[in-house]
Amino acid sequence: MSEAAVSSKRDRRSRPLALLMLVLAGVVALGIPAVASAFWLQTGLFTMAAAVGAIGLTLLIGVAGQLSLGHAFFVAVGAYAYSYLAGEATSFGVGGGAGLGWPPLVAMVGGTAIAGLAGTIFSPIAGRLRGIYLGIATLGLVFIGQHLLKNVKPLAPVSGGFNGRAVAELEILGFQFNSLHRLWYFGLLVLVVAYWYANNLKRSRPGRTMEAVRDSEIVAGVMGVRVGMAKAKAFTASSVFAGLAGAILALTFRHIVPEAFGFLYSLDFLAMVVIGGLGSAGGAVLGAAFVTVLPLALNQYADAIPLIAPIGSGGFDAATAARVLYGVAVVLALMYLPDGLAGLRRHRRNRPTDESERGDQTLGQRAKAGYPG
Amino acid sequence: MSYFLSLLVSGISIGFVYGLIALGFVIIFKATKVVNFTHAAIALLGAYVVARTHESLGFWLALLVGIAVAVLVNVLIDVLVLGNARRPDPGTLSIITIGLDILLGAELRRQIGFRTYGLGDPWGTEVIRVGDSFIPQTRIAAAVVAVIVIGLFALIFRFSNWGVAMRAASEDPEAAALMGVRLRRVSIAAWGVAGALATIAGVFFLTFPGGGVSNLAELAILGAFPAAIIGGLDSTGGAVAGGLLVGLTVTFAAGYQNEIAFLGRGVHEAAPFILMFIVLLVRPTGLFGTKELHRV
Repeated sequence: MSEAAVSSKRDRRSRPLALLMLVLAGVVALGIPAVASAFWLQTGLFTMAAAVGAIGLTLLIGVAGQLSLGHAFFVAVGAYAYSYLAGEATSFGVGGGAGLGWPPLVAMVGGTAIAGLAGTIFSPIAGRLRGIYLGIATLGLVFIGQHLLKNVKPLAPVSGGFNGRAVAELEILGFQFNSLHRLWYFGLLVLVVAYWYANNLKRSRPGRTMEAVRDSEIVAGVMGVRVGMAKAKAFTASSVFAGLAGAILALTFRHIVPEAFGFLYSLDFLAMVVIGGLGSAGGAVLGAAFVTVLPLALNQYADAIPLIAPIGSGGFDAATAARVLYGVAVVLALMYLPDGLAGLRRHRRNRPTDESERGDQTLGQRAKAGYPG
Repeated sequence: MSYFLSLLVSGISIGFVYGLIALGFVIIFKATKVVNFTHAAIALLGAYVVARTHESLGFWLALLVGIAVAVLVNVLIDVLVLGNARRPDPGTLSIITIGLDILLGAELRRQIGFRTYGLGDPWGTEVIRVGDSFIPQTRIAAAVVAVIVIGLFALIFRFSNWGVAMRAASEDPEAAALMGVRLRRVSIAAWGVAGALATIAGVFFLTFPGGGVSNLAELAILGAFPAAIIGGLDSTGGAVAGGLLVGLTVTFAAGYQNEIAFLGRGVHEAAPFILMFIVLLVRPTGLFGTKELHRV
């Protein structure tokens, strides 16, 4: 049975419930700014940014089968490009970094496009590499990106160097998104659009080609798919999501530094999509929420939670505890639930699962050699 | 000129250390097709144990303890985690090791905190005078030890039963299993050996002038990943060659930073990755890696 047939059957069976859940989630998401504290608004915005980025990564890894450990690099490109394009046109604004003074919305589109372009530029390299080689090559992007942002003089007007740069506020047609409440709704809108777009992409012709490339490059090629082009499209699309995520992240931070987009952030993204289940946009959102909220919440409520101690006291500080917890989550998810949180739902729905119906998954499915033992 | 020579010597010696780290990485890949992303954290773990125990045990005993801990942890990872995965394909297992790296890295950073530990090695900060430039003794010792360990490993790999079994397993796991090779044992042994190599390399990597065991050490050790990739993930000789290339690149980029200032200060930290990009563009499976063949 094809995946499309399975999913349409699934949809029919669960439509009223799903609709109810959706409406409920919508009401909650729209209502939260009315009651939530600034801390939770900010956490929510970080989550939305991460979720948009994670959706992009899950398209790349789960749908197109291209392992990337360099997602933080493309997020950084989006964040810095937006900040530069929208920044004040003076030579060096407050907090470092110059700008071109574009209208923020145009700058956001421009920044996202530049991130997408970065993905396109990288795709000839990506097209030559497979599997784990690609993973480590993309890891290289993160390190090179850190170097470019921190140390390279000609880029200093854009990056602000080691201490980072200020981010211009978002303003659309005179309406200023100058508070976390307003930004919340903007982030929500972007997330909903990103989610919708990703699901459409998966079901459309380009998405199907990407899946074909994931399952077997040779078979896809024989069927008339231009493999290189499909990979390039996957990288471009995923970096567009990353760029958008970067712009929201920058708006929430209001001041961005290179450190925020390093190796650990790339690993965070990988953890999000793995915990959520590769290839599932909904799973990516759940994974992003888990990985983003956990450290912030542990830190915020450190006094109330046993075993959490301040940094440097020798006990478990919130950041470490969160990392240990989601490191464990990644390991356990892959050991016992290779399809992640999204797979849990899928699994329950059509219980006698046939291997072929699992749909979105497989990293290194092509690798024929089994693990010994 | 003598400056050039001293850079060359220290580049080659640190290159062997990079090669040692890359070798552990390659051994696991050859035996199991798993790319072990915890390798840098394991190297740091071994070095950390040495750093914490050398005062009471002395350096050499501490080194043995460090090796034992790293071997034990690696074997436990293989037996408890990777051996029990529900879908044991190499890609999934490699991502599991990323999860383990998140875990182990976070805990190590917490243990180390903001302190910097020395390793208590007998060479300290002594230098040897060569012409009119100076080379740290630790670097010479590192090169000697690395050459001995790599040579020993090559002999074992070539002639011992374990070496033959491992090469057979990497050639064709199924056929090897049918011929009586116990793949589980080969895999466990590979993880153990990699742990030992990682500890030795980690210690020499971080001794003077390497900066000691600190929060930043894991990122520095990550520079050895490109060494394995440059050499080709499934080539032991390639690991050493890749290590030397990376060592020389890093040392020369650091030594001549004023001449290449237009690339930005501290470009040597990104240099291994830039070199890796260039190599991968020309040879997608590294310099000595086996070309992947695909059958439908």
